[in-house]
Amino acid sequence: MLAPRRLGLALLLGLLPLTAAADDRSLDVVAPWEITGLDPSTSGYVFARMGIGETLVDTDAEGQPSAGLASDWQVADDDLSWRFTLRDDVLFHDGSPLSAEAAAKSLEHAWRKPGMLDSAPIEAIEAEDGEVVFHLHEAFAPLPALLAHSTTLILAPDAYDESGTVRELIATGPYRLASLAPPQRLTAERFDDYWGEAPAITQTSYLAVGRGETRALMAESRDADIVFTLDPASRARLMRNAQLSIHAEPLPRTIVLKVNAGHPFLDDQRARQALSLAIDRSGIATGLLRHPEAAAAELFPEALGPWHLGLDAGESQDLERARELLAEQGWEAGDDGVLRRDGEPFQLTLRTFSDRPELPLVATALQDQWRELGVDLNVAVGNASEIPSGHQDGSLELGLAARNYGLVPNPLGTLLDDFGSDPDDMGGDWGAMGWSDAELAGWLATLRHDTDPEVRSELAGRVATRLNQAMPVIPVAWYQQTAAVGTHLQGFSIDPLERSYRLDELRWAE
Amino acid sequence: MTSLTLSRSSPSRWRSGLRGLLLQRLFQAGLVAWMVGTLTFVLTRTLPGDMAYRIAAGRYGHDMVDSAAAESVRAELALDQPALGAYFGWLWDLLQLDLGRSLVSGEPVIHELWHQLGHSLGLAVMAVLLSLLLGPPLGLLAGRKPAGTLDRVSEVAASVLRALPPFAVGLLLILLFSVALGWLPAAGHGRFAHSVLPSLTLALALAAVSSRVARNAMAEVSQSAYYAFSHTKGLGSRLSFLRHGLRNAALPVVAYLGVQFVYLIEGVVVVETLFAWPGIGHALVHAIVARDVPMIQGTALVMGLMFVALNTAVDLICHWLDPRRRET
Repeated sequence: MLAPRRLGLALLLGLLPLTAAADDRSLDVVAPWEITGLDPSTSGYVFARMGIGETLVDTDAEGQPSAGLASDWQVADDDLSWRFTLRDDVLFHDGSPLSAEAAAKSLEHAWRKPGMLDSAPIEAIEAEDGEVVFHLHEAFAPLPALLAHSTTLILAPDAYDESGTVRELIATGPYRLASLAPPQRLTAERFDDYWGEAPAITQTSYLAVGRGETRALMAESRDADIVFTLDPASRARLMRNAQLSIHAEPLPRTIVLKVNAGHPFLDDQRARQALSLAIDRSGIATGLLRHPEAAAAELFPEALGPWHLGLDAGESQDLERARELLAEQGWEAGDDGVLRRDGEPFQLTLRTFSDRPELPLVATALQDQWRELGVDLNVAVGNASEIPSGHQDGSLELGLAARNYGLVPNPLGTLLDDFGSDPDDMGGDWGAMGWSDAELAGWLATLRHDTDPEVRSELAGRVATRLNQAMPVIPVAWYQQTAAVGTHLQGFSIDPLERSYRLDELRWAE
Repeated sequence: MTSLTLSRSSPSRWRSGLRGLLLQRLFQAGLVAWMVGTLTFVLTRTLPGDMAYRIAAGRYGHDMVDSAAAESVRAELALDQPALGAYFGWLWDLLQLDLGRSLVSGEPVIHELWHQLGHSLGLAVMAVLLSLLLGPPLGLLAGRKPAGTLDRVSEVAASVLRALPPFAVGLLLILLFSVALGWLPAAGHGRFAHSVLPSLTLALALAAVSSRVARNAMAEVSQSAYYAFSHTKGLGSRLSFLRHGLRNAALPVVAYLGVQFVYLIEGVVVVETLFAWPGIGHALVHAIVARDVPMIQGTALVMGLMFVALNTAVDLICHWLDPRRRET
């Protein structure tokens, strides 16, 4: 007699965990980037974005360095040592407390591997009086920005073996790594002893899916809650799907034309300006990249704060003015429409590569747009390495590439690589070539050591303005990060610096 | 040797000819290993572009690559040394069964392959089983009534399925089963349900061919004198089919499977990329992009050897199915 009741009770009890499990739904993120392993030097970005690992320095809504695991930092009067004060209530995922010794050890491991820190003039990283201290051999103001990079995630001492190889990912973030199957998948769960506010979502997973078509279909079939990087064709289709919301945000990765300013046709800044004025950026952004807001009249997008000038892309094109500028330099249209000077046709070769599939398309658009101006452009699609090697041996005329100025919240490191602070030797693989500007070199040198925020902000604007005037590299478009998000999720936003997926701000819709 | 129990009636006859067959396949395996390795070595070295930049991009991401990073990779991996030395070094290591380390992850190639091979083999086995469930039964049915409705319909379906590239078939299956019906996950791995669509993608094209081969074989058998005789001596059509039809028709189907493995191995590369399946084909694509030469050589080697092994298995099955082969 009792048996059916017991059965009923058992069934009911069996169902209870199911209803409770509704809140334990896993948030599934799909993106194209693979997980190479456990080490922050190669895969730190995915652990940082998934909220598993954290850095000493975080970024605020304006993209400026803000308190992370370090609550505060000071630079000594001689600018040669930086002291980072740590939060005192932080626990690693194994329960051990975050100490200055642990953080210094972890940063030392990061410093010895390829990554951001090897570009800083660091002499030693030490723990002193409960603080992490960086000793430098020359002043280096952008240090806090470098410590926001995912290669500098802070891991517990037990995470490393004797040789410094990461054996287990013991970090401090709001989520703890539950399983890792490189190169594609990881799962994580909420870390209940997290120092900050506990996230609403308890389980997460990340899957690397290389093909754009597959990612889009995963969003449509609701196999994934968030899908990053949508190809243009799929994006248009997904926008019509009522169960998905589509987000886009310009990234500080810019499609730039690297110009050999030592070339006799291009050594005058008016020639470079003319080429820039002849580019229909809005056309390229709308027609090829399918994002009207991708048109870049300057190098740095809004996410880079004081470096952004706020120029209007619509006003960056002026074919008449471009013709005048070239005429001033003695160029005259020949019978075939190509400009000539002393009998020599205005003919250039643009090198680009197909690793980023939009680059060859943009290159051919430039070819077409410059034909209007009378410039005969050959497009050579090869390998990415041909641009740096062409820079080194001087054979490059023009190169079309993508450059990320937002690897850390301050583009200075990249700018020092690309333009340099030595007026006799300016330029870099992906930056200026055969170009020098002593004043700009001086500004960059000041930015390298001066820590006064007002001076830095003012100089950032000056550097950006000068680069935009002299055009050692010509901006064309900004990459857009795109995401398709199920409407059953609330609170989604894209971090333009791509440091975080901001999973801790998300919650399931009621 | 459990295989000996397969044909209990004539163990010695089953064994005869087997040694020659296995020896020949072993020699083939060695030859394949050397040729695949050499070819991949030559091809990756002659690909345009600077290897050091590629490897640096594979390791640290495109945004971090400049000539300094490339030079440090070049120095670390001795890429500026003459290619011939690197080639003989690889050959010597191979003789000691050492496949080297991945240039990108730094892990031993054999570890990575072991992990990936399991995923690929699982997919391949499931695809073959599914294709055998789908293709031959349909073909046998169609072959019993050549030019009947079923024969015509299945011919059109098979032609279409075989003509479509696996990439397109896969996309169509995702659209149908994941997006429209919501029955199966579109991509990923971890659960059994994840393996259904990728293996079905491969199985459909395999089944398309095997159904036609089975159909032709069955049509031939059903028009043969011995099949007519089996009816004449009083066996019903069911018994005739089971005793005289099935085994004779199975032979070309199994023999043709060997040829189809080429399709399977090339299909795995495409299907794994489409479905984000962490197998050997997926690894090969990534290794080529990153110019990870030891990984390319390792994956190509394993694929080549897999082909030899599968063909050996096909030979063994044919050897068991067809008593005529054992005498020769």
